Amino acid sequence: MTDTLSPESGLERSDAAGYFTPGEPIRDAKAPAGPISEKWTKRRFEARLVNPANRRKLSVIIVGTGLAGGAAAATLGEAGYQVKSFCYQDSPRRAHSIAAQGGINAAKNYKADGDSVERLFYDTVKGGDYRSREANVYRLAEESVNIIDQCVAQGVPFAREYGGLLDNRSFGGVQVSRTFYARGQTGQQLLLGAYQALERQVAAGTVTTYTKHEMLELIVADGRTRGIIARNLVTGEIETHLADVVVLASGGYGNVFFLSTNAMGSNVTATWRAHRKGAYMANPCYTQIHPTCIPVSGEHQSKLTLMSESLRNDGRIWVPKRAEDCTKDPREIPEEDRDYYLERIYPSFGNLVPRDIASRQAKNVCDEGRGVGPMVGDFRRGVYLDFSDAIERMGRAAVEEKYGNLFDMYARITGEDPYEVPMRIYPAVHYVMGGLWVDYDLESNLKGLFVTGEANFSDHGANRLGASALMQGLADGYFVLPNTIRDYLADGPFEKIDESHPAVVEARRSVEERIEKFLSINGTRSVDSFHRELGHIMWEYCGMERSEEGLRKAIDMIRELKREFWSNLRVLGTADSLNQSLEKAGRVADFIELGELMCIDALNRRESCGGHFRAESQTEDGEALRDDANFAYVAAWEWGGEDGQPVLHKEDLVYEAIEMKQRSYK
Amino acid sequence: MRLKLKIWRQPAAHAKGEMRDYDLDGVSPDMSFLEMLDVLNERLTEQGEDPVAFDHDCREGICGSCDLMINGEAHGPEVTTTCQLHMRSFRDGQEIVIEPWRSDAFPVIKDLVVDRSAFDRIIAAGGYVSVNTGAAPDAHATPVPQEDAARAFNVATCIGCGACVAACPNGSASLFLGAKITHLGALPQGQPERDERVVNMVAQHDAEGFGGCTNIGACTNSCPKEIPLDVISQLNKDLRTAMRHGH
Ligand SMILES: Cc1cc2nc3c(=O)[nH]c(=O)nc-3n(C[C@H](O)[C@H](O)[C@H](O)COP(=O)(O)OP(=O)(O)OC[C@H]3O[C@@H](n4cnc5c(N)ncnc54)[C@H](O)[C@@H]3O)c2cc1C
Ligand code: SF4
Ligand code: FES
Repeated sequence: MTDTLSPESGLERSDAAGYFTPGEPIRDAKAPAGPISEKWTKRRFEARLVNPANRRKLSVIIVGTGLAGGAAAATLGEAGYQVKSFCYQDSPRRAHSIAAQGGINAAKNYKADGDSVERLFYDTVKGGDYRSREANVYRLAEESVNIIDQCVAQGVPFAREYGGLLDNRSFGGVQVSRTFYARGQTGQQLLLGAYQALERQVAAGTVTTYTKHEMLELIVADGRTRGIIARNLVTGEIETHLADVVVLASGGYGNVFFLSTNAMGSNVTATWRAHRKGAYMANPCYTQIHPTCIPVSGEHQSKLTLMSESLRNDGRIWVPKRAEDCTKDPREIPEEDRDYYLERIYPSFGNLVPRDIASRQAKNVCDEGRGVGPMVGDFRRGVYLDFSDAIERMGRAAVEEKYGNLFDMYARITGEDPYEVPMRIYPAVHYVMGGLWVDYDLESNLKGLFVTGEANFSDHGANRLGASALMQGLADGYFVLPNTIRDYLADGPFEKIDESHPAVVEARRSVEERIEKFLSINGTRSVDSFHRELGHIMWEYCGMERSEEGLRKAIDMIRELKREFWSNLRVLGTADSLNQSLEKAGRVADFIELGELMCIDALNRRESCGGHFRAESQTEDGEALRDDANFAYVAAWEWGGEDGQPVLHKEDLVYEAIEMKQRSYK
Repeated sequence: MRLKLKIWRQPAAHAKGEMRDYDLDGVSPDMSFLEMLDVLNERLTEQGEDPVAFDHDCREGICGSCDLMINGEAHGPEVTTTCQLHMRSFRDGQEIVIEPWRSDAFPVIKDLVVDRSAFDRIIAAGGYVSVNTGAAPDAHATPVPQEDAARAFNVATCIGCGACVAACPNGSASLFLGAKITHLGALPQGQPERDERVVNMVAQHDAEGFGGCTNIGACTNSCPKEIPLDVISQLNKDLRTAMRHGH
């Protein structure tokens, strides 16, 4: 079937008609029946056990050593399975999770301010704009409590109060203090905890690490996922790794935008290769834009730096009321000429509104011509984040104690002193909520392929509150996956396959051919130049605000870019050594295909929800307007073949424990 | 800005390396050092010369990947990581010498990329608390005095970059090692395995071919996270205690 939506297939008018093929709905995401608070207990109980003697005979491949993959590898190793762990960096400790700054949520209610599992659940579903799977989010809130215990026992040095108990702070979009933190380096400390646990298993012989290895293909044999093809980045050797089950914990794909806060090597390759092998890619267009990043300063910029959103607790955000004041020294603009726009529009949340709102309002004031900082293109893209009130109220020393490292970082990057002059911030791509579709067990639609952390389509839906990605990574890695995967492994070990299996031969050949192709195009343009151009298209048309017209245009542009890429790319060097351009070429090739699917997904979703703002769907006063009647579903896309169209499978989102409401922070 | 770059080029681990000269102009002071290398690599690609390989990832000063000797100093003239070093720290027309970390325990893989896996093996020798997943008591069961928590945090910020080793004339990794020993030693959770940890980690450190510490202090001076020298005293103290306890 190549035709567009048939009239009876849904009420919606599809903007993306002609770009995709409708497929069968997903009827069962496998969450157990019964009251929401009992589902996870029930599932854990029902998941079959594997006796310790058998575990030694079962092998697990885990791609990724971030919070999700590192925690899972440590836990499964400890349980006695044979684990192989892969990452492209030179050490598992360098996974991108290391960069997370702000903190991690948990419903500990240590502040006795009315927090509970139910409230964290409620806030997260609401923050996700009712586009997440209810049962998953509840489980996440339940497990959040155990994460903190686990990490403290590992020696993670969370911030503490004088009495020696753990400190908390509140984070964008919530009214209770439930965020645990280790100064501005929470991700680092959590990851080191997981990494150390992982190295402990390496010493114990249960985990083998393959660093500087990149997964380039998935092996699906006789209906089960059985391994990966990886390239040893140092020697260039193409290696086959087989196992009973494969877990992808390979992180997010925000780098499709070229400029983002992600680590330079973050990529979509692991998940995109799985997608091409049949795994559904869900909600690819859901991108989280972070409101507090250091603005772009010039053309050669390679990445954007995030400043923890905890700054919004004490800093006040403003722009001049009049465009002509924008070039003035901010200290000379009197109070009455400043527009504290978030405090004005959202009096009850003020500077702490959720990220999507804070980001979009910043864009709005800059689009109006009231942005500050250097001119980039025809705009000044920046707003002030001002600590002068806080310095007066708390004293410079207290501000230094709380935010010192962030202030230093800002000063280093911009060359300005934020204690003297207000900082400038602008939104940047930060996190993606899309990813491979998984069921309640974190299993994709391919048997034996599990996906965790940012690489899956997440439990959180359209928008993401701060401090919940770390929570998801660790909940998946330490507590959820180890419990659900054993049910799958209870049927193993599966029939031995070896390198002569046709599925292995095919996977290997396709990797080798691709590498050969990159090196032989011999065109004129560098990989980076293609990546930059793709990023530009994505940010312009599939970024903070999207429209039907823009997205159609973007799809054409990306298709053209893809043609040029495959005919005019220049990759020097050879395949049998360390070759960083070759590594990038593979990643950018996959980003280009993903970019097209993101635009199609965004085009199809003619509603605004959280980070996804469709110009055609807004309230009278310019707020995001959701359309629950037509879009309360997860869009799970199936690869339609090289020249075919993607196939859309819908998983309806049903809310039993929570009533869907229009989100309002006013 | 216009720069004269002298860069170590070595096609593979066992190949012979050499310093090569490159003239680069059009560098802006707002670029980071690695963005400057990106620009160089774009030009090299255009000219058909293999781009310079260097390690990097987060470009935020936290992952510890980037590792360059710049004019003889680990991470260059400022107390920071190479990715957070900006070209405004250099003068127009300046000559900049760029080399890989120098240490026998960190063999060169290609150009500026070295193998730092020895650090992982040191951690595997005992740089952890042995707690099984799911077996942890409530996080508030053991209060930790704020001072101890702060001490632990301050040294836990080590990013494992290896600058301390590169800067040390003895090629010692004592600062790295001391940071982990001090972190876990400052917390109640780290006590049960304290003796065993230090003995095993020091043994692994020596087995990897890192040198001994003679208190020169070059490590702490070039550490981007300003890990203080007293972690090495702590390391020695813990080692003595462990030996007294018969380890
Ligand atoms: C600057 C910044 C700050 C953040 N701050 C916060 C915060 O305060 N709170 C919060 O909750 N969240 C925060 N986040 C989000 C959060 O850090 C991430 O969502 C989360 O860490 C992702 O973890 P992960 O384990 O899924 O993947 P990652 O940590 O991204 O790990 C990916 C792993 O996969 C490996 N890999 C990838 N592709 C391949 C391949 N093809 N072959 C082999 N290996 C591969 C990598 O080597 C790496 O080991 C922040 C994100 C950024 C960018
Ligand atoms: S002690 Fe400092 S220099 Fe040494 S590895 Fe750690 S952060 Fe790097
Ligand atoms: S690239 Fe991560 S610390 Fe420099």
